[in-house]
Amino acid sequence: MSGLTLAKRKVIWAYIFLLIPIIFFAYIRIYPTLSAFQMSLYDYNPLSEEQPFVGLANYEELFDELSNPRSVTTAAFRNSAVYVALGVPLQLLLALGIALMLNEIRIFGTIYRLFFFLPFVTSTIAIAWVFRMLYQPQFGVFNVLLQAFSLPQQPFLKSPQQALPSILAMVIWQGLGFAIIIFLAGLKQIPRTYYDAAQVDGASRWQSFRQITLPLLNPSIIYLLVLQTISFLRMFAPVYAMTDQGSGGPLNSTTTVVLRVYREAFQGLNMGYAASLTVVLFGIIMSITVIQMFVSNRLVKT
Amino acid sequence: MRRSRFVFVAALLIMALAVGFAVTAQDDVIEIEYWQYNFEARVTAMDMLIEQFEAENPNIRVIHNSDIPYDNFRDELAASAPAGVGPDVVSLFYGWIPAFVDAGYLVPLPEEYFPAEWIESYFSPMVAQSKFEGEYWAIPTAVRTLALFWNKDLFEAAGLDPEQPPTTLDEFVEMAQALTTYDGSGTDILNITSEGYAAQISGQAHHWFREVLLRQYGGVPYDEENRTVLYNSEEGCQAFAYLTAFETDYKTGSNDLFTDATQAFINGQEALHIDGSFRIGTIAANNPDLNYGVAELPVGPNGEHYTFGSYWTHGITRRAAADPARLEAAAKFLQFITTADAGTLWVNNVGELPAQLEAASDPALLEDPILGAFAAGLEYSYATFFVDESAQRQVMMDAFDQVRLAGMDPCDALNEAAIVEQELLDDYWAGRDE
Repeated sequence: MSGLTLAKRKVIWAYIFLLIPIIFFAYIRIYPTLSAFQMSLYDYNPLSEEQPFVGLANYEELFDELSNPRSVTTAAFRNSAVYVALGVPLQLLLALGIALMLNEIRIFGTIYRLFFFLPFVTSTIAIAWVFRMLYQPQFGVFNVLLQAFSLPQQPFLKSPQQALPSILAMVIWQGLGFAIIIFLAGLKQIPRTYYDAAQVDGASRWQSFRQITLPLLNPSIIYLLVLQTISFLRMFAPVYAMTDQGSGGPLNSTTTVVLRVYREAFQGLNMGYAASLTVVLFGIIMSITVIQMFVSNRLVKT
Repeated sequence: MRRSRFVFVAALLIMALAVGFAVTAQDDVIEIEYWQYNFEARVTAMDMLIEQFEAENPNIRVIHNSDIPYDNFRDELAASAPAGVGPDVVSLFYGWIPAFVDAGYLVPLPEEYFPAEWIESYFSPMVAQSKFEGEYWAIPTAVRTLALFWNKDLFEAAGLDPEQPPTTLDEFVEMAQALTTYDGSGTDILNITSEGYAAQISGQAHHWFREVLLRQYGGVPYDEENRTVLYNSEEGCQAFAYLTAFETDYKTGSNDLFTDATQAFINGQEALHIDGSFRIGTIAANNPDLNYGVAELPVGPNGEHYTFGSYWTHGITRRAAADPARLEAAAKFLQFITTADAGTLWVNNVGELPAQLEAASDPALLEDPILGAFAAGLEYSYATFFVDESAQRQVMMDAFDQVRLAGMDPCDALNEAAIVEQELLDDYWAGRDE
């Protein structure tokens, strides 16, 4: 290396240092992902010595189950779709609204932001257990409040109809802080002068928002859309912690694809089948992300 | 100064190396690993047994891994096996044995240490559930049965005789109703302030249904070979309706209240509770002042006593069997921790009943006001043969929820459960028969 200039040596060292996390990442993330593809072709029982090759049998079983509208697997995919379809738009709308307000206030702004961000840095499991208590049918805070207003008590997590929205509400609230911070950063990027010019031209606040804020916030919206969709599709911990015995109940009303993967792999010891589920989920996440990127890139450019 | 420090450090290093060699030179010492899930009383009892065993067998060292919480125990075993590490002797819930045998994780108990005739004459008949395809795969130190816990203070408060727990299923219903209290605004589940009886289906209630209520109504849960579900019968309907009615009709309690039914009983908010002997320790640790008694389970229409028996049992893994010396050490250790003496030590420290008939028939044990009811149950206990314990429990949980949450008829819910469970059995046996 002695023949190289100082600048070149610096670059080489940068590559070498960056290689270390890449190797680590490849071994910890990419290699297991690829093994999941391989594992999905085997009748893989982790306790066994031999793992017989079964070809696509796991996938056949998976599609068999999906064709039965009452199977747990169907419920898992259906619920995951509901979590995404309701969770992502609600979370983004709320976060945008709050970010717009936070962007306006000057005094105590940091403290306000801190309070909205705190849930995001708190452990999901801890929050899930606290909400489990808040939702408790007799003495939970929510029911005590309902009673105080002479409204009927609600079973929340104990009811097949209310359990999913109850979990979703907690997840939306918890992830709000992250979306708010991204929106705030996006809002700060928009030059003040645009609004001043609009005001001079007599634009209403709504017109300013519609014509200036929203288009210029587009990159933030797309970024969050992709990220939050992936995170709702991968939902596991809140459901595991908030349902009886981590079952995704009552009556499979809250179970998710990832919870199904966990239960099949470690409780049913069907790692091969669980791997085929992860491969299908991987495919879904991949295609949704690609489509979102493609559509939104065009939106950003226009 | 500097030189003397160097000499000192060098001397230390040489000494350390010498000690190291001396230890490794003792190659006649065999190390085996024993794993069980973390439950304080069991860990302490096993530590005592290991100490005694090592004193008798100075050439065997037992490493006791008891750090894994119950909820993760199977996960950790599943993760350790492909990694080539793990236990030589492992504690497993008896209901997991068929799955672990199917995976080839366990080896049969060596005949020379555990002759079948000896097991059958020396142990409670419950251990037969670990006999599988003609061989014994595991053997327990202790066993548990279900019995009826009742809260004497709540009996007094309801005007009932605190020394007279229900003895029949009908009395059980009457008393459960009399013992339930509601807030002023109604008599629905959410108005309950203190429960008479709440069925915890994910806990012991599914066992109470399968092996007790069903038999009391004249049915059987499975055929003799455990290949066919038989609870979807007339008797099954009646038994399941009996169980679900506490929540749907009598409104005496629900597992959704007070965290869960077990916690409600421990806190003095449930009057009648069906649970295993292992709960005694939990009560002692969490609410030592609870004024309760334990009686045999109430009898049903056919007047016969039944109870559900279950146990944590120990097996030898294929990892131990790979090396004859380890296998021998593992067998010796297993033999030591399943003697009648070990059973007695266990009952005194853990509260579980000795699995050995000799220790279980101890008159002092049978007369014990708390343990006596459980010990009496050993004679008439049934253990379910599970091919996938968590999935089979889930089937019952779903059937129960269909009735109480979706308003399904108990018979229909049971029929649906039978179809799902039959598939589980068929899958398992299809794999075994190949």
